[in-house]
Amino acid sequence: MKETVKPRGKPLSGEEMKQVCHVVARPQVKYAWAVGVAMSHFLAGLKQGKILGRTCVQCERILVPPRMFCERCYRTTDEWVELPGTGVIETFSISYIDTDANRIKEPIFVGVLAFDGAPPHSGIMHYFGEVSQDAIHIGMPVEPVWKPGGERVGAITDIKYFRPREGARPSSNSKRRKRG
Amino acid sequence: MNLGKIHKDVAVVGAGMTLFSRRLQETGKEMSWQAAQMALDQAGLTLDDIDAVIMGSAPDAFDGVHKKGDWLIDGAGGVNKPYMRVYTGGGTAVFAPIAGWWHVASGMFERVLVVCEEKMSSCQPHAQSAFAHIWDPILDRPLKPNLVWIFAMEMQRYMHTYNVRYEDIALVAVKNKRNAVGHPCAQLADPDITLEDVINSEPMALPVRRLDISPPSDGAAALVLVSEDTAYELTNEPVWMDGVGWCIDSTMWTNRDLAFPKFVARAARMAYEMAGIKNPREEIDIAEPYDPFDYKELQHLEALGLADPGEAAIMTREGKTQRDGELPVCPSGGLLGVGNPIAATLGIKVGELFWQLSGQAGARQVPGDPAVGVAQAWGDLMQFSSVIVMRRRP
Amino acid sequence: MNNRDVAVLGVGYTNFNSVTPEVNWKELMFEAAQKAYQDAGIDPRTDVDSFITCAEDFWEGFSIFDEFTPDQLGAALRPMHTVSGDGLQGLANAYMQIKTGLFDIVVVEAHSKISELLTYEDVVQLSFDPIYEAPLSKGVHPYYVGGLEMREYLEATGTTEEQCAAVVVQNKRNAFCNPLAEFEAQLEVDDVMNSRYAFDPLKALEIAPRADGAIVFVIAGGEIARSLTDRPVYVEGIGWCSESPWIGSRSSDAAYVKRAAQMAYRQAGIENPQLIDIVEVDDQFAFKALQHLEALGLARPGEAGYLMAEGAFGPQGQRAVNPSGGSLGCGHLMEASGLARALEGVLQLRGEAGPRQVEDALVGVAQSWRGLPHGTGAVAIFSRRE
Repeated sequence: MKETVKPRGKPLSGEEMKQVCHVVARPQVKYAWAVGVAMSHFLAGLKQGKILGRTCVQCERILVPPRMFCERCYRTTDEWVELPGTGVIETFSISYIDTDANRIKEPIFVGVLAFDGAPPHSGIMHYFGEVSQDAIHIGMPVEPVWKPGGERVGAITDIKYFRPREGARPSSNSKRRKRG
Repeated sequence: MNLGKIHKDVAVVGAGMTLFSRRLQETGKEMSWQAAQMALDQAGLTLDDIDAVIMGSAPDAFDGVHKKGDWLIDGAGGVNKPYMRVYTGGGTAVFAPIAGWWHVASGMFERVLVVCEEKMSSCQPHAQSAFAHIWDPILDRPLKPNLVWIFAMEMQRYMHTYNVRYEDIALVAVKNKRNAVGHPCAQLADPDITLEDVINSEPMALPVRRLDISPPSDGAAALVLVSEDTAYELTNEPVWMDGVGWCIDSTMWTNRDLAFPKFVARAARMAYEMAGIKNPREEIDIAEPYDPFDYKELQHLEALGLADPGEAAIMTREGKTQRDGELPVCPSGGLLGVGNPIAATLGIKVGELFWQLSGQAGARQVPGDPAVGVAQAWGDLMQFSSVIVMRRRP
Repeated sequence: MNNRDVAVLGVGYTNFNSVTPEVNWKELMFEAAQKAYQDAGIDPRTDVDSFITCAEDFWEGFSIFDEFTPDQLGAALRPMHTVSGDGLQGLANAYMQIKTGLFDIVVVEAHSKISELLTYEDVVQLSFDPIYEAPLSKGVHPYYVGGLEMREYLEATGTTEEQCAAVVVQNKRNAFCNPLAEFEAQLEVDDVMNSRYAFDPLKALEIAPRADGAIVFVIAGGEIARSLTDRPVYVEGIGWCSESPWIGSRSSDAAYVKRAAQMAYRQAGIENPQLIDIVEVDDQFAFKALQHLEALGLARPGEAGYLMAEGAFGPQGQRAVNPSGGSLGCGHLMEASGLARALEGVLQLRGEAGPRQVEDALVGVAQSWRGLPHGTGAVAIFSRRE
């Protein structure tokens, strides 16, 4: 049978890699990104313990995270609204690795939640806490655990994590909110 | 869009790829040169015959080199030629040849060289460190995410929505790592791997375990594309790029439906319409969907219209996607088996279809004289997809 | 090549400013895009077949900047991709896409948010070869290569430093008539000559200052453009070329521009470039403007400096060069500088250039250079076809 792939290249073992001559450099790069109009409001809201969204009257969405333009309708969004801050888990992962792929002993619970009071798929990524591996599930109602007011700086980490909300009905956000 | 009004048809007449390996001694330029030379040799051309060069390579952060495309020029054979680098994250593997397609289909160039390379081992301590910078700096980066998280979250949502079992997903890893045994460039081929091996591999970010993931890799691949005017002068077995499509979804990934990749379906629709494919399930003989994670192969098959949502797992369980099955999927061994040097996976997606459809795939050859194949890649923050339909003409 | 013609249907742009802390890059791009769609009279959500953005990861501070581009252009769930190159290279892709016959309307975007990069010199340094060149450049501002190349150019052509200084004088004066520009100034050659040597013989005032801004072009097949606008500007030809990445292996006469120009002129059917009315060349360094003019065939080697000093390229001269003020007057917009040059061509050919309008302009050329340490550039020819 005809085989035309002829492998080329010299693979190195980890040991050989150390022996091969290297040039080591560490890029020195720093940026100061302007967060922009929408995120400035959002972060200021977090500092006050509020979750803010932007409405688009054309597609009837509440955009969280907020932006000044609606990517679906390609128009300027309309007004700011405050959401209750509670939501449900859309998806989650239990991570045994950190940001540099190092193994960690105590797993991190992380996921995407959808906020109550907004249409489906209006949410953010965050940590989940005060919940066990067996209990966490998609559709679980959650609420934010804020840092104390004095420690909040206007960052996504002003929320420590989201925890299960006792006594909440699991489908509280599944109804599409109708707006005039 | 004017589907069916293409100025010039475009054919692949040569392909080449290096070993995919965790660490190669060769630099990115040297790998590019090796792959380009193989593709040129197969096409029976030299660099002097090439009118333009297209480069594909993923993050500059892997190399710590700014304007990496301009730096790689000499390795890719682009010096003193029109040279273009396109970049769509992991989607580059199937997107660079699409850029090559419009260079030729426009009539601007007769013969072009498409080169894709990735040198991930230069990034220390781990290529993952470069991925820390793909996240939104305000919303995501403060949470110190790992790239695997996003796949784990997507996989969880996919399993939940379509009631897919983890065991069926893990079978994809088994299939592809076994398929890779036939690939001379493979990094992770394993003839003896079992479902238990995957299920018992260590947890990364659950539901994702180590063997659900394709490995970081060094490697390069290249293609020679020519127009309909000269394809038959160079070979009796040109393989035609009959359909191309691409699509990007919103940046706001937490606002998306994570269970079904709509952007893949849109890209596929564009490519199928252009290729005149009305019923992909009936008309496609081989699929090379992007499989950096095992569940992605299933999600992609569904969005490519080759299975209903949730059905790809059942097809896998029933063996339909094996090399000798009804619809061979990733007969190359895929990223899971051959390796994942991001842009260079060109060689196991479009390259593989070229070799398969021209009957040159050796031990990996799919039986039954396949004539039509689809290759797909996926990238950015789970939001971009590129699709090519390739055909051998009778 | 496909004889379907290609035209500019609309343009949109922000001001060019040295800092833009009030908006993020998405909002900056949104402003330019909205204006371009309004200018073109199209809805991006339904009328555009393909979107292209021109960006480099290290300019932006992201590993895959392509992720962060679709929403603000109206490209969510549409075909869109990044070109790791300058705006004219992006335009080249749009041109080819339309020539395939598959696409009718294509959008090209390029921008600079370079004020947010706090370590500009270090990032430029990262574009040197990490094994051979970067170690030699440790602790040195990477623009020293500009000094090396300028000396080589002066030696090869007999151009004087005063003639290079004349470029700065003219472009910064031209910028007074461009409301987008921020770096206009009333200077004399002596002022430039007396500014400190930054990289001998390159002087501080001869280096274009950096600026933020976004530019969006809407490109269409000629038949579409004619049906939607009564002032189409045609892209008659476009060429691009890259020289060797090695600093030691490059020409002193901007061969990348020569080759790109040959390609563009051939497509446009231009046998005598002297017939071009509007010329916008890259002037990141003053001497580069002269070198590029010669490479475009608009002056013989060694002649551009003389003509510049004589005022031949000024508003009252034989041919307008950089009436926009160029990068020296408008600011260097990174990957958007080439589109800024093209933008001026389009505005002039449409007769919308206000106080700097060149009378009866019919054909324009825009040229880009991607900057140190590489020899990559592009050339585009525009006309309004009488």
